[in-house]
Amino acid sequence: MTDKPHLDREHGQHLYRAMLRIRRFEAKCAELYQAQKIRGFLHLYDGEEAVAVGVMETLEDRDTIVATYRDHGHALARGLPMGALMAEMFGKVEGCARGRGGSMHFFDRARRFVGGNAIVGGGLPLAVGVALAEKERATGGLAACFFGEGAAGEGEFHESMNLAELWDLPVLFVCENNLYAMGVPLELAEAETDISRKAAAYRMPGAAVDGMNPVAVEAAARRAVDSIRSGAGPYFLECRTYRFRPHSMFDAQLYRTREEIDHWKERDPIPRTRKWLEENRMASAEELQAIEAGVDAEIEDAVAFAEKGTWESVEDLERFVLMDEVPQ
Amino acid sequence: MNTQTGTPGANRMTYREACRQAIRDALIADPRTFLMGEDVGLYGGCYAVSKGLLQEFGPGRIRDTPLAEAAFVGAGIGAAMAGMRPIVEIMTCNFSLLALDQIMNNAATIPHMSGGQFAVPLVIRMATGGGRQLAAQHSHSLEGWFAHIPGLKVLAPGTVEDARFMLKAALADPNPVLIFEHIVLYNAEGELGPAVTAVDIEKARIRRPGRDVSILTYGNSLPKSLEAAETLAGEGIEAEIVDLRVLRPLDDATIFESVARTRRCVIVDEGWKSGSVSAEIAARLSEHRFFDLDAPIRRVCSREVPVPYAAHMEEAALPQASQVVDAARSLVTGK
Repeated sequence: MTDKPHLDREHGQHLYRAMLRIRRFEAKCAELYQAQKIRGFLHLYDGEEAVAVGVMETLEDRDTIVATYRDHGHALARGLPMGALMAEMFGKVEGCARGRGGSMHFFDRARRFVGGNAIVGGGLPLAVGVALAEKERATGGLAACFFGEGAAGEGEFHESMNLAELWDLPVLFVCENNLYAMGVPLELAEAETDISRKAAAYRMPGAAVDGMNPVAVEAAARRAVDSIRSGAGPYFLECRTYRFRPHSMFDAQLYRTREEIDHWKERDPIPRTRKWLEENRMASAEELQAIEAGVDAEIEDAVAFAEKGTWESVEDLERFVLMDEVPQ
Repeated sequence: MNTQTGTPGANRMTYREACRQAIRDALIADPRTFLMGEDVGLYGGCYAVSKGLLQEFGPGRIRDTPLAEAAFVGAGIGAAMAGMRPIVEIMTCNFSLLALDQIMNNAATIPHMSGGQFAVPLVIRMATGGGRQLAAQHSHSLEGWFAHIPGLKVLAPGTVEDARFMLKAALADPNPVLIFEHIVLYNAEGELGPAVTAVDIEKARIRRPGRDVSILTYGNSLPKSLEAAETLAGEGIEAEIVDLRVLRPLDDATIFESVARTRRCVIVDEGWKSGSVSAEIAARLSEHRFFDLDAPIRRVCSREVPVPYAAHMEEAALPQASQVVDAARSLVTGK
């Protein structure tokens, strides 16, 4: 198949590195949360790395990303500087939103990252609007919108799906189905638990893919992006995945069993990819070691950058409530 | 729905026609601007504001939307963030509640929350107010609610001139601007001075000067207050009518200056009294101008009920000129 990712050494290692980077970043975030360097709500992406990494491989600079409150993976895969993310969570002015958004609200204008949105479903209408603007101006750009399966319960999900298809807009809807909306299992929340089938109600092409496999996600996202760029309108991609950690740092996980978590951990995309690289002689032990060392060094630098950061002046508290101009 | 468009002379037009001309101007002036909302195209607008614009500008710029307030308001926000200058019409402010998430959590919030990286240069127009016997889901005045929210600008055109020119200023503003058009005013006629081609969206304006009492008001309560001032003049009381025009941010300077001069104040607001624009103004006056006042502040607001259908009941629920006269007279004469 022509839409299979070209899995040469470099690309295989790249996917592994991109996922490992997120996993270890999240581990550091959890540690810094315990140390009270990071406060507020913290939602970690462990287990779902293959989704952000696989999808982001298929996007270009001209595309726009709309993410959720669990946005670390999307931001890192999109190329937001790690130090700016860490500084954001430290509440420092060097953060990617001046320390105003925190973990749930990463923004980066230069990288067309229009925010982690912490209202479930709230980002979908924005993505539709961005796509409308791209289409009207014939930029060729698309809007990629990430959301969990919990969003399918929201009216904004259905309104946005309809509008995107009705107006043939270049939107890539990426549903990260991790089976739980906080603690509510899918089968307690949805009459139709096959989320990808919802696309059909809007005459939108939809597909479901193994969200624990970055290669499969990338291939599926490539098909979706090609379809969108051909002018065929929006595309719905459900990535079936699992969240290894609790919903946030305040979650006793009463709603799921240890066995279920362990079962999914057997499908952890990171060790699986590593094993695959090793078995297929796509990476030497030295190369893997270098990847790990590189990731660790980047994280160390990010933490140092955040530590060294400064606090926004309280005098600026009201700055940007109203804008003086539209940033260009 | 009344689709009467009035009888325009060279400079005479209805408020409805002024709204339409403003949209036309905006569409001609800026290719980034488009109008979207329910029934704005084929139907010509629920209140006939956009009648004829679909034929003139085509379906790409006059977009009929599904009944999906959250999605099309959110789409307006997304399009604005991505470089367009959309005008979104919400049929009535009662329906805006279906889009409240988008207006509050995204439009009003993202510029600040993103550390100033994204602006939302969006205009949302909506019909507001009662007086047409449309009952309790089409007659409320919710502008006061929106005026509570940092990050929004809230406009209430009470004259044909403001209906004609506020939109231009709103579109030039880098912030989300909400324009509340009063349903009773759509048929109101007014004269436009040939020299006027723009208005500001910062200042309150004195529509009738007077020395005895300041009547602060906006929207459809403006003509009612002007009528009251006429009656009061017959009794020898000179009321100053201040048209607030901009409900957020409030023009404290003009309000304070007027009240400092007249030393008496009536606030007329079609919103419910509790937690309203009138409550905010009264609070500011008591915080900052307490010693300028010779008498307690009086308020004439809607009764705290869902606005009913029956004409006599609706009339009793909304502020009326006679109540404004009574309130102002009692402040000035003590009777």
